[in-house]
Amino acid sequence: MTEHFDAIVVGAGPAGNSAALVMARAGLSVLQIERGEYPGAKNVQGAILYANAVEQVIPDFRDSAPLERHIIEQRMWMLDDHAYVGSHFRSDTFNEQRPNRYTIIRAQFDKWFSGKVKEAGALLICETTVTGLLRDKKGKVIGVKVDRDDGEVTADVVVLADGVNALVGSRAGLRPELKPQEVALGVKETIFMPRETIDARFNLKGNEGVVIEAAGSITAGMTGTGFLYTNGDSLSVGIGCLISDFAKSQVRPYFLLERFKQHPAIAPLIAGGEPKEYAAHMLPEGGYNAVPQVHGDGWVMAGDAAQLLNAMHREGSNLAMTSGRLAAETIVAAKKEGKPMTAATLKAYRKALEDSFVLRDLKKYRRLPKILETNKHFFTDYPRLLTNAAETMLRVDGVPKRDKERAIMGSFRSTRKLRGLMTDLVKLGRAWR
Amino acid sequence: MSQGPNMVVCIKQVPDSAQISVHPVTNTIMRQGVPTIINPYDLFALEAALKLRDQLGGKVTVLTMGPPMAASALRKALGHGADDAILLSDRFFAGADTLATSYALTAAINKIGAERPVDIVFTGKQTIDGDTAQVGPGIARRMGLNQLTYVSAIPSIDLEAGEISVHRRAEGGVQVLKTKLPCLITMLEATNELRRGSLPDVLRAERAEIKVWNAEAAGVEDLGKCGMKGSPTKVSKVFAPKPRAEKAKMITAEDGAPASVAAAAVETLLDADPRLLSVLTKQTTVA
Repeated sequence: MTEHFDAIVVGAGPAGNSAALVMARAGLSVLQIERGEYPGAKNVQGAILYANAVEQVIPDFRDSAPLERHIIEQRMWMLDDHAYVGSHFRSDTFNEQRPNRYTIIRAQFDKWFSGKVKEAGALLICETTVTGLLRDKKGKVIGVKVDRDDGEVTADVVVLADGVNALVGSRAGLRPELKPQEVALGVKETIFMPRETIDARFNLKGNEGVVIEAAGSITAGMTGTGFLYTNGDSLSVGIGCLISDFAKSQVRPYFLLERFKQHPAIAPLIAGGEPKEYAAHMLPEGGYNAVPQVHGDGWVMAGDAAQLLNAMHREGSNLAMTSGRLAAETIVAAKKEGKPMTAATLKAYRKALEDSFVLRDLKKYRRLPKILETNKHFFTDYPRLLTNAAETMLRVDGVPKRDKERAIMGSFRSTRKLRGLMTDLVKLGRAWR
Repeated sequence: MSQGPNMVVCIKQVPDSAQISVHPVTNTIMRQGVPTIINPYDLFALEAALKLRDQLGGKVTVLTMGPPMAASALRKALGHGADDAILLSDRFFAGADTLATSYALTAAINKIGAERPVDIVFTGKQTIDGDTAQVGPGIARRMGLNQLTYVSAIPSIDLEAGEISVHRRAEGGVQVLKTKLPCLITMLEATNELRRGSLPDVLRAERAEIKVWNAEAAGVEDLGKCGMKGSPTKVSKVFAPKPRAEKAKMITAEDGAPASVAAAAVETLLDADPRLLSVLTKQTTVA
């Protein structure tokens, strides 16, 4: 006989776990289905955890969550082949009682998160893939089918939080196929070295950590960025670019990562470390305009599946957790009021997303993905111009400073022309608005 | 009520040997943080039991002895279709060698059999952490069961006559053996790869309350025969074998290009044995 639940959650990442936790706590019967061997087995991220989004669902998470380091310093670098110019922001106020950002290892964190979900009473089954949605005669989603015998199970509502590929929603026609220019492919390595070495190299004590975000010639002319994060006794080093760019350039992602690791700005930081893990993952970077329909009759979509990722600020897991929570709160409220889980009822979820930072941030940067995709000189010309300018000014060689300034201005003009410089400024200005 | 065989499958949670490392100082296996799996041979035993249940009905109970975390192995077994699961867990059982382990498991199997006699006890041929292959035979001896070790297939079973025949892998061939029930079978890796449980199976497994028996609940009579106390095996020394002298040669090329590395590799081979050149040339010509 087919079992019935109040809600089925597809996926046990940040979005699915938040949704399942909130619903189970509210007393709903929740079945969560994960295709990995355990939650976190297949989940890949840089990974930075944003405390605020976790606190909304687990206020005291700091007491038990596996956290690596809290971030006290952010470095933003523009690189050419042999130099970088950038800004560092380090503040002792980040050494607060309840730090704002942490580095984490997702396999550990997701397992812990899932433990909380199970404690709340949700039923989790792993190594099980949802292969399709069950619908009634009117097309309302009423359950799922999984890759096991007797694999049909029904629910009032299905929360699709199955990650960037969103196979369930895509197959069911609820979400359009991903476009190559809206998805980035990131590759990363986890490089192990003694904690003391990391502390010394980055000037850290206790659980302090550093984040480096880098852009420039490291992406070989493609739209993308690189990163280096400090974990407890390892470094996460990665780089990602748009899939459409990889397709066009035929550059291999691992080649890009190897080259990034050999960059004179990165090589000394990872020297002597032992790479122990290698991972790759896609990131939905299409922004606001790429966000699909997130609700319908009997279903809602959250996290990467709904393309909720802020590429500009490198935020994703917090948008995932928040969207999962908002979806769950919508469902819980509807359940309490005895409303059917129709598109009209679940529309409140879209509204909640619009009112929260999730869609407000994406809306703010809605023009940015297109601008960065079509203006490659932001990743090629400007880093080179800026590093050259810095080098010209800093090299003491008997050339008068006025002449140096002229040479620098000349290099900008000859590369981008005055009109190009102006339009770039306008474009970036618009992107930020 | 189906009168199929009442079967008990003994399983053990072991560290995933593909991912273990040895402590450099104490030379003991570092278990912390290492993923655990069900001993692979036990999975073949479980599938053999489930296959018999498919044919004849009956009941499959999985039994393990271990710390509370071993419950996850039992839950997994339930998800593959086992009917019932029992965890034997007590501090008195800690530090048991194969003699003490078989003593405790025997008590538990007898307890299970008190309700309805057990027809077949299954184990894997050995565990991949201890590699002794002694616990199965130990149980058979204590219970006075006929034992069939290294079984690769169970072609027939006749419950009326109380007979079972099996294929037993032996040096130089396969023995076809027949014996009387009840019996104990230790399973080899075979063609019977463990089935994927159905959705109702995994739902039931996740909800199941794993029965935990301590020594008293299992009906253990003599605590002195359990755990460290009941284990005559004394480990006098643990050491890691010396690593073999390094003989590998790393081949590199200045520009790092795959083609250059391949060329350097071929040159190295030819330096080591110039006769290869004629062989390679011949093959290239033919191709």
